[in-house]
Amino acid sequence: MNGILLYLIILLATAFLSPAIIQRGGKNAAWFLGLVSAAGFVMFLTLAPLTSAGEELYFTIEWLPELYLNFSLYLDGLSLFFALLVTGMGALVLVFAGKYMQPYPLKHRFFFLIMLFEFAMLSLVLSGNLFTMFIFWELTSVSSFLLVGFSHEKPEARNAALQALLITVSGGLAMMAGFIMLGQIAGTLEINALLQSGDMVRSHPRYVPALILILAGAFTKSAQFPFHFWLPGAMQAPSPVSAYLHSATMVKAGIYLLARLSPVLGGTPEWKYILTITGAITMLLGGYFAYSQTDFKKVLAYTTISALGTLVLMLGIDTDISIKAAIIFLLVHALYKGALFMIAGLIDKSAGSRDLRKLGGLFHAMPVAAVAAIISLLSMAGLPPMIGFIGKELIYEAKFAMPDIGNILLVVGVITNIIMVAISLALIFNLFLGPLKYPLQKPTRPALALRIGPSILAGISLIFGLFPAYVADLLLRPAITSVKPSIDTLKLALWHGFNEVLVLSLVTVGAGVTLFLLYRKVNPVLTHFNNEVITFRFANAFNRGLDLFLGFTKKKTSIVQSGYQRFYLMAIFIMTAALAWYQLLHTWPDTETLKFTMPDIYDVLIALLILVSAILAVTVKSRLAAILSLGGVGYGIALVFIVYGAIDVAITMILAETLVLVLFMVIIYHLPRFTDFSSRASRLRDGLIALLVGGFITGLVLKATQINMNPRISDFYVENASPLAHGKNIVNVILVDFRALDTLGEITVLVIAALGVAALLKLKTGNEKAG
Amino acid sequence: MKSHILQIAAARLLPVTILLSLLVFYRGHNEPGGGFIGGLMASAGFIFYAMAFDTAEAEKKLRVSPLYLIVTGLSLAFLSTLPALFMGNPFFTGEWISIYLPFEAKLKLGTPMLFDLGVYFTVWGIMLTVIFNVMEE
Repeated sequence: MNGILLYLIILLATAFLSPAIIQRGGKNAAWFLGLVSAAGFVMFLTLAPLTSAGEELYFTIEWLPELYLNFSLYLDGLSLFFALLVTGMGALVLVFAGKYMQPYPLKHRFFFLIMLFEFAMLSLVLSGNLFTMFIFWELTSVSSFLLVGFSHEKPEARNAALQALLITVSGGLAMMAGFIMLGQIAGTLEINALLQSGDMVRSHPRYVPALILILAGAFTKSAQFPFHFWLPGAMQAPSPVSAYLHSATMVKAGIYLLARLSPVLGGTPEWKYILTITGAITMLLGGYFAYSQTDFKKVLAYTTISALGTLVLMLGIDTDISIKAAIIFLLVHALYKGALFMIAGLIDKSAGSRDLRKLGGLFHAMPVAAVAAIISLLSMAGLPPMIGFIGKELIYEAKFAMPDIGNILLVVGVITNIIMVAISLALIFNLFLGPLKYPLQKPTRPALALRIGPSILAGISLIFGLFPAYVADLLLRPAITSVKPSIDTLKLALWHGFNEVLVLSLVTVGAGVTLFLLYRKVNPVLTHFNNEVITFRFANAFNRGLDLFLGFTKKKTSIVQSGYQRFYLMAIFIMTAALAWYQLLHTWPDTETLKFTMPDIYDVLIALLILVSAILAVTVKSRLAAILSLGGVGYGIALVFIVYGAIDVAITMILAETLVLVLFMVIIYHLPRFTDFSSRASRLRDGLIALLVGGFITGLVLKATQINMNPRISDFYVENASPLAHGKNIVNVILVDFRALDTLGEITVLVIAALGVAALLKLKTGNEKAG
Repeated sequence: MKSHILQIAAARLLPVTILLSLLVFYRGHNEPGGGFIGGLMASAGFIFYAMAFDTAEAEKKLRVSPLYLIVTGLSLAFLSTLPALFMGNPFFTGEWISIYLPFEAKLKLGTPMLFDLGVYFTVWGIMLTVIFNVMEE
């Protein structure tokens, strides 16, 4: 486990160093970053026999255990599977991006962000505590935001980034609330402990709200209907980002969470129906929209949505076979989609377009990439001998085996797969076969760094398809066992025997080919239908909602924030007085028990001084006199403190009063001549507010004499000032020792206020004098 | 319209005020006084000086910008919180009963005094920053 922790630190350090590495390291610096990532892949691979034997690694640092908040790492079959995915894809994407991002002037920033994402994503899947996971979950959202908006000069990119951020982060917040509830139910958020307490969680009355909140997080992150629309928008990101974040890893975070928590939350009807129905809708919708797109990347984005729907559906069915199907399909999808996104970027780079209508015959220009793409597309279509075939067979089998709504799901699934076959064939024939077609520039042979990623991924798709047994036992079975502990064997083979699943596959392929043959006829009709007839756009609806909300807050702000000091003061005084009066009227001081003692001559004189000063302050017609009278009030209060023995407070009061007087003097020097602006009505209003405030203070003082204060607090200070804090002045000891944190806060606030004053005055006078 | 009497008085009073403020600060731990009051007094001396001459003159007398006083004060106050960590005691736990700031009883210097000195400098700096700025305008 220490090795993993060390690797995470190295990865983070590399992320922070990556801008320098990219700027100083020359053209091939990205290979080094890829190497760092690949080292992690190798390290996790060496751990595979361990998890395959059923062992788990766990590491924790206590953080705030009272709130179940710890920094924990946990490695089992499932996290290892995802860790391999993150580091392996990371290595390939980094190498790819090294070449792809060459012309971008801000590429050093790009590498920092994508490495930061890799760190966050890897930490997310290795988290052993749900709060640890939440922190990294949000970090992936933030790095995704910055990467989608990487071309920040384009308004579409900024909008898409903001939209993706708002959706995933609000889902994340809901998820955090769900985690908190889960923590309260189970008394822990450590994953290994949670996995043991599934029965308790499921039978708890707050299970359903917690489940819904957590699902909100998973569904937004994994682009499930109706939150799916941010993913096509996120295609504004550079292609390496799409390949890495938006197909292979980040969007799978929601799937990971569902798989991780399926032993805790799964197995109930709520889980089953929410997941299967959402997944099925997403799957079909994604497939339908994918079919009618003309931008290669958009096609891939919608098929990704469809695939994510399939994964959620499989996890929802929650049978042995469906969990197997989910994990295998996850690998299948990461392999082919990662490759295809890189190829989309590569085509964009070498042919200058991603428009399917304008491209064709690219096999002649880039044979290696084309072969990789064709293998990947065949895997996407679920055709043998690619691993995609095994995945699809298992998915069909899982739907067959499902009771009640299994039949509907099967129909939906078959339709989706028919579309997938058609799309794959259409992409193969339109993009790569036939005569060479290009809109602007003649496609050039792509560089090695661009070809290597897709080629490796496509190769794996093929090899795993041909020899699935090896990977099954080392990687897939441990991951499946983590999700469903009852499964202990996994046998994969291309040939399942002649059964109903195979028949269904044949039907799918047949229908898919037919649909493909109709592609040229159907596609324009569908595009027209989608663009003209279905005017509803999720993304637009979201933006309208956002605009409405912003409009509302703007109006609210303009009402609440008038910008006039007097209104702010009025609001503060009225609210304070009203709240205090409300309480006072309920517990009005019992005047019967008030003991009035004859005041002595000092009290009377001081009271007179304060009263006269106060009246003068509001009536005199000169500012100077008014300020001096206010000072009189202040000094009078200081005298009260002296009479009653609070010397410290009195000194402070006198000094502060004096300095405030000086300050006022300096200010009125700059003010225009005194004139009477306020009307009778406004004076009346101000007087009323003053009476209200003064009255409540009086009531409060009367009340204070009747409250039996808990004497222990002041006694504590009196007793302990000298022995504990080595001071005899209790006021000072409280300020600098017992409540020193308060004082630190107060002086910090004062400093901020002083800097504010300085800044405002300097700004206004334009005085550039160094301060 | 600068008054010479005022100027001489301010110049003579300034060192006395500073000394007095230091005294008030020092005795604050056992008798009335402390960093806050001391800081106010020290700033009063300089404000008087600034009124008799002008702010530029007062700032020259101070030698540094009041902002440096603020920086010094806040840093001192913050520094005073750190020794507790090295003694294995909690850093500002907020529960006053468990705060046991580490200093030897026989040495009458402790982190609370350092903290108070920080308050002294901060208050001094804040008052001068605000009033000098307003006066300059």
